[in-house]
Amino acid sequence: MKKVLTTPVSDEDLKDIHAGDVIYLNGHIVTCRDVAHRRLIEYGRELPVDVKGGAIFHAGPIVRKVADDKYEMVSVGPTTSMRMEKFEKDFIEQTGVKVIVGKGGMGQDTVDGCVEHKAIHCVFPAGNAVLAATEVEEIERAEWMDLGMPETLWLCRIKEFGPLVVSIDTHGENLFEKNKVLFNKRKDEQYEEIIKKVKFIK
Amino acid sequence: MDKNDQIQNMTETVAKFIKYFGKILPDDVQAKLKELSDAETSPMAKLTYETMFKNQELAKELDRPCCQDTGVIQFFARVGTKFPLIDELSKIFEEGVLLATEMAPLRHNSVQTFDEYNTGTNVGYRTPSIDFEIVPNSDELDVDIYMAGGGCTLPGKAMVLMPGAGYEAVTKFVLDQMTSYGLNACPPLLVGVGVATSVETAAMLSKKALMRKIGSRNPNEKAAMMELELERGINAIGLGPQGFSGENSVMGVHIENAARHPSTIGVAVNTGCWSHRRGNIVFHSDLSYTITSHKEAEL
Ligand code: SF4
Repeated sequence: MKKVLTTPVSDEDLKDIHAGDVIYLNGHIVTCRDVAHRRLIEYGRELPVDVKGGAIFHAGPIVRKVADDKYEMVSVGPTTSMRMEKFEKDFIEQTGVKVIVGKGGMGQDTVDGCVEHKAIHCVFPAGNAVLAATEVEEIERAEWMDLGMPETLWLCRIKEFGPLVVSIDTHGENLFEKNKVLFNKRKDEQYEEIIKKVKFIK
Repeated sequence: MDKNDQIQNMTETVAKFIKYFGKILPDDVQAKLKELSDAETSPMAKLTYETMFKNQELAKELDRPCCQDTGVIQFFARVGTKFPLIDELSKIFEEGVLLATEMAPLRHNSVQTFDEYNTGTNVGYRTPSIDFEIVPNSDELDVDIYMAGGGCTLPGKAMVLMPGAGYEAVTKFVLDQMTSYGLNACPPLLVGVGVATSVETAAMLSKKALMRKIGSRNPNEKAAMMELELERGINAIGLGPQGFSGENSVMGVHIENAARHPSTIGVAVNTGCWSHRRGNIVFHSDLSYTITSHKEAEL
């Protein structure tokens, strides 16, 4: 069965979600990346979109203008979430955001933020930009357009947006960190195997 | 056709082909993804592959680039000395990129270094990158064209090892890149390894290794064996699609090599992502062409 969350998301909604789960999202998501994080956290500017209980997407989309003040999503894919690591804990605390969507894992500070304020980080499988764009029903608003197309806050109404793989849950589990330990262990084993066969310099 | 028309025609063909392989993956990549998908057992990995296939169908149907990062365009050309438009080729490639940027449309991915502004055209100083190999006594042009995305370019690394460290150190060098940067480069990856004298010789070979058809083998028996060993080993790490973990990690490992200085081993690694957008097209002397990478391609 598809697990679908709808914004605004409550603490209760996230209780039974665990790292490694696959979920989908209904409601709204706003694209929000490097400079928007910096403006809020470093320069203390208020985010022009209220994301309390909501979702943000670390992404820089391609949008097409269809009329005055009306835009269409052409292509949107996640960007590396780790770049937002130094801001995300404070971002969660200050905005009350519940679902953060991006690419790759995030670090311990974000995990702490997710546990303390009940939020999750998810990964949208990258390279699937057309699929993601078709899951955006409408761009309802655009803010901070002075930042240019990739960095503008695009407020999107979404329908079964996903699949989203949960990478950090509210219980402090971190899928990518767990995998990394496993991957490194296997790598060391494989190294020992391979070097037996590549002693070409004798 | 007069020469200007020929140039115009060929430029348009190059542009249309870039647009085409920016939404449709080459046959060998499609087949390999299918094979890797079938081998997965976990629902998360299976679903990730299903998502990829759905995205590729949508890209074709809606006529849009399949990944938003359409990369920097790179050309690897083997040009016959008797190819009729040999003098115009650089210009044709550059104009082709300009045209494709509007047609596809491609994302603007060319930032002038030091002056640090985006040209907005995908053409900049020494970009698109063009590499020529001269083929004596031939009247054909055989060219690989590639979209180098940011995510899959990031794991690239080159260094010079001491021979005492041997191919054991080459192995470690490649494996280390897989579990660090490779993880975020949208696996399953295609891994190119260059083994030569210096950083630039190894690096160029590691990129050219990515232009080879998946599953092709280095003609040297030992190098071919090492390709298979690395493939087996990296797959056993189990990065899975998108690094979520799974049964495999790579679409393949290709090694390209050159003789080395007795005192050095130059080694380099380059990666391609699951959305490995490369095309091969051969222009004949009458400027008709054959596309070898995509059997069903119609421009
Ligand atoms: S690594 Fe490849 S598939 Fe992933 S976002 Fe970059 S270009 Fe797209």
